[in-house]
Amino acid sequence: MSAAVPQLRARVPPASAPAPSVLTVRGLSKSYDGRAAVDGIDLDVRRGEIFAFLGPNGAGKTTTVEILEGYRSRDGGEVEVLGCDPRGGGRAWRSRIGVVLQTCAVQPELTVEELLSLYGGYYPAPLSVSETLELVGLTDERGLRAGTLSGGQQRRLDVGLALVGDPELLFLDEPTTGFDPSARHHTWEVVVGLRDIGKTVFLTTHYMDEAQALADRVAVIAHGRIVAEGTPADLGGRDHAPSAVSFMLPAGVEVGELPAPGAVLRGEHVELQTRTPTATVARLAGWAQERGLELPELEVRRPTLEEIYLELTEQG
Amino acid sequence: MSDLALTARQLRYDQKSFWRNPQYVFFTVIQPVIFLFIFVSVFGNKTTLVGGHEIKRSTYYVPAITTLAIMSATFFNLTISLSRLREQGILKRIRSTPLPPPVFLAGRIGTSITVSALLVALLLTIGRLLYGVSLPTHTLLAGVTTVLVGAAALSCLAFAVTSFVPSEDAAAPIANVIMLPLMFISGIFIPSSEIPAGMQDVANVFPIKHVFQSLLRVFDPATGGAGFAWGHLAIIAGWGCVGALVALWRFRWTPSGQ
Repeated sequence: MSAAVPQLRARVPPASAPAPSVLTVRGLSKSYDGRAAVDGIDLDVRRGEIFAFLGPNGAGKTTTVEILEGYRSRDGGEVEVLGCDPRGGGRAWRSRIGVVLQTCAVQPELTVEELLSLYGGYYPAPLSVSETLELVGLTDERGLRAGTLSGGQQRRLDVGLALVGDPELLFLDEPTTGFDPSARHHTWEVVVGLRDIGKTVFLTTHYMDEAQALADRVAVIAHGRIVAEGTPADLGGRDHAPSAVSFMLPAGVEVGELPAPGAVLRGEHVELQTRTPTATVARLAGWAQERGLELPELEVRRPTLEEIYLELTEQG
Repeated sequence: MSDLALTARQLRYDQKSFWRNPQYVFFTVIQPVIFLFIFVSVFGNKTTLVGGHEIKRSTYYVPAITTLAIMSATFFNLTISLSRLREQGILKRIRSTPLPPPVFLAGRIGTSITVSALLVALLLTIGRLLYGVSLPTHTLLAGVTTVLVGAAALSCLAFAVTSFVPSEDAAAPIANVIMLPLMFISGIFIPSSEIPAGMQDVANVFPIKHVFQSLLRVFDPATGGAGFAWGHLAIIAGWGCVGALVALWRFRWTPSGQ
């Protein structure tokens, strides 16, 4: 497992010309009882990327995803998924998408292999059962009844059932909610594997570490509107945001003596914000070394995706 | 794959699911067999008045329990399994695949009809071997027709009722509340001749009594001719159409509250 983690972070470098869109949304809106759940949003998902759609409960996330999947109708705007309006998405269109719902079960009496073969038969050109088993890491469980699988294994079976038809685009709705860390990492590997074989993934999640680990691009929805869009690294100006430097104040030193303008004392820790963390730390380190002091618990931290996300979604 | 081949496949997998679920097998298959043993053992030697003549109670209970069996294999089993499939999101997931919804539904109905047919054969075998009740050959076609029309109509009614079931847990109580009183007043457990006229009038409105009466005519040794009870069959088919229309109007693929 540990060997696989660096691999998770490896990202396909952005191509010079952006890949064609597989999903385009313009001015999408939907209201329930006169209350706007989705209020004029635009989205673009490019072929071959993992796109994470983030937002708090009630922000319009599920409504948007279900409109894209063809489950719900919309009030206004243009939606094109794989060149079709999902509203009229027929059998041919459905054979090109795969959907993993937030909560869904399978017939517990059937085995993993039987289910994959049953669902594969719905599609014109499915993957083979053994190929699918390998992609989702369930080869050893192929003969087990679905009802006896663990939560993580069931979720991977869900992904397998969405994948067995060899779709171009997969919707994954909160694929790891409620998982232990090991099951989550295992599922992440499966999702990264999907990108490696050229699938486009539309992912919704509550977990910022999941978006950070998986997504090429991220959009955040709050109160029915897109409040930020970007890569996990630059979302909401994260790449330009100041870094926080903190350390424990050494004994016998006053905060004012430090070569660090703007530093404040919080408890025993000194904290300061800087846009030049390297210079700031070098200055502090030089100062401390001259005096033979140590700066315990010295830490340089950039704002996490989670902090940026909370800031974005709590406004308004 | 053609839609017909898809339906056959769907039926095959639905059959697997059904026979591997002990709860379904018990309520649908074992329970009617137990009922047949009990009713015939307790009342088998008596006779009862049917259409102005006496018939043996064992002859009476074979079609009665067959009606109950068709009812459990179709109405009860489908109401419970469809509610479960819907509330657990399985129907919603199926809806995202290219499988045409009518194929899926045909698979489920086909499973119920297949189970009904097997069950009828099982009850007939027991009736014949243990109680000497046999199906007259001249009414065989009427018997098969009744089983098929009854199973299809009761399956449609299950789709209609499922559209009113609010949750997975509510499915069995709702199905029972509909089935049990109707089976009592339709003469499934107590011979019709012992049921007050007012209650029989109520039973005449609903399809169960007509399935039973139609089957009873098939088994009644006094029946001459082919034994088709057209009036009863028409009422059963009418109920099937009502069920289908309600299902078309209200049947949901998504869990409640979504």
